[in-house]
Amino acid sequence: MRHDPGAVAGFVIVAAAILAALFAPLLPLPSPVEVDLQNRLLSPSGAFPLGTDHLGRDELSRLVFGARTTLMMSGASLAIIMVIATVVGSLAGYYGGWLDTGLMMLVDLLLAFPALILGVAVAGILGPSLVNVMIAVSVVWWASHARVIRAMVLSARHREYVVAARAIGASDGRIIVFHIARNIMGPFVVLATLDIGWIILGIAGLSFLGLGAQPPTPEWGAMLNDSRSYMQTAPSLLLAPGIAIFLLVLGFNLLGDGLRDMLDPTTYRL
Amino acid sequence: MGNHLTRRLITLPFLLVGISIISFLLLNFAPGDAAEIRLLRQNGGVAPSEEAVMELRQELGLNDALPIRYARWVSSAVRGDLGESYRTGASIASELTRRLPATLLLAATALALAVAASIPLGVLAAVRRGSWVDTICRILALVGAAVPSYVMAPALMLLFAVKLDWLPAIGYGSFSALVLPALALSFGTMAQLMRLTRASVLEVLDQDYMRTARAKGLTETVVVWRHGLKNALLPVVTVLGTNTGYLLGGAVIIETIFGWPGVGQFVVTGISQRDYPVVQGFVLYMAVIFLLVNLAVDISYRWLDPRLHFGRRHH
Repeated sequence: MRHDPGAVAGFVIVAAAILAALFAPLLPLPSPVEVDLQNRLLSPSGAFPLGTDHLGRDELSRLVFGARTTLMMSGASLAIIMVIATVVGSLAGYYGGWLDTGLMMLVDLLLAFPALILGVAVAGILGPSLVNVMIAVSVVWWASHARVIRAMVLSARHREYVVAARAIGASDGRIIVFHIARNIMGPFVVLATLDIGWIILGIAGLSFLGLGAQPPTPEWGAMLNDSRSYMQTAPSLLLAPGIAIFLLVLGFNLLGDGLRDMLDPTTYRL
Repeated sequence: MGNHLTRRLITLPFLLVGISIISFLLLNFAPGDAAEIRLLRQNGGVAPSEEAVMELRQELGLNDALPIRYARWVSSAVRGDLGESYRTGASIASELTRRLPATLLLAATALALAVAASIPLGVLAAVRRGSWVDTICRILALVGAAVPSYVMAPALMLLFAVKLDWLPAIGYGSFSALVLPALALSFGTMAQLMRLTRASVLEVLDQDYMRTARAKGLTETVVVWRHGLKNALLPVVTVLGTNTGYLLGGAVIIETIFGWPGVGQFVVTGISQRDYPVVQGFVLYMAVIFLLVNLAVDISYRWLDPRLHFGRRHH
């Protein structure tokens, strides 16, 4: 990774965002939610490095606390997605037969919907909240990964180490968890890292439509939406969350690309 | 690929049934009672009596078992009836059909822009691998994958409508009003298609037929653009279907930003008014369109792939 400046840059961006999110309450920042109508829409200054929003809240503070919201939500969604995808993909790939057919039919069915359209509909019907956006993103997103993991398990199923484990009497569960899972871990991590960018974009997009974070919770997509009415007077309110989303997604993508190149040097560098 | 198309055609009816079941079930997760909401609207916001609600529930068949309600709903849907809006009582299917052209215009323009920009750039990047053109394309691809349409759209609006005043920020019906929304929507797809074109051209550059074409004494330009691109574009065509889904989904957000009178704006308004049948009808409608687009892509692929033509002629 040391020889790949892109991956290093990605790592630095992601690490900075995670540190900022973790230590946000300890940083010398004003409250991200306290309304101060005396100081509405101030330009960037010493006291407010990125200015203040339409309710007089410090934009920098909202940005830092927004990183918390974004990282927690996308991390939790990624965990849910990967758990569902792993369980479904391993069951289908390992056992095959009617179970495989049935599960893959469900996968095909979910993939028949344009992802964002189903996401908007699920979140819209469940009602606006952060949890519902996470549910919507997870419901929509696990299917394509289940298929990839199924293919990985399928190719691992007949390898010597699996046959050997079965010969010494290991149970199916033990084989899946200790032998197959361990061997597909590398591509799995790459898949997850490359995917988190998409999840961040999806969650912020639904929040932009007003389906996710509700006021006063700081969240980048919602902040972006709020700022649109003040585009002329306070363009920095628009640029700050926009650039934050861009950098974080770029960081995860660069990191994912770097990990992929490291684990599988044969792939084309695109 | 021929088998793929056959498989598609066989699974199509099953997918349609599955899509309708998911769309139907979606409404069952919605809070609130359809009969109560309808009476509330008819009474002008006055809460209806419990008996009236019960009576209407009976009349609308809301007390029937789930499979019966599904059968009734799907048989109306097949006849082009997606129910009525909770808010206005207007037919959802006719509103969606009225608004669809605007959405398709936006998505098709975005796709055309993406294809027109990405293919020449992707080919150039592959042919001049490692040059500054390649570097710029690589940066564009990275940026395109990380800048969502809802960041791109306000940024373009700020620059071209507010600061420079070259193009209208909102509006519908003129070419100039189409430019910014289509541009914002196309960016992500453009980046993805460019990456794919580059990779695909790199793969064909040292194929035998390319060497033959060079050996015939054709110039490198003709070899790459005529012989290479024709083959390299096949993988690009396969992702056009999925990208249409991406563009239709992205259009929901773009329409909201630019006040574009398409189906996306309709559903976002529907969601904010808790008009759940609108959301349900929208999902079914868009999934069916997406299915048809993918089918069209599969069929066109059969037309485009020279190996399939060759195979057919000799069988």
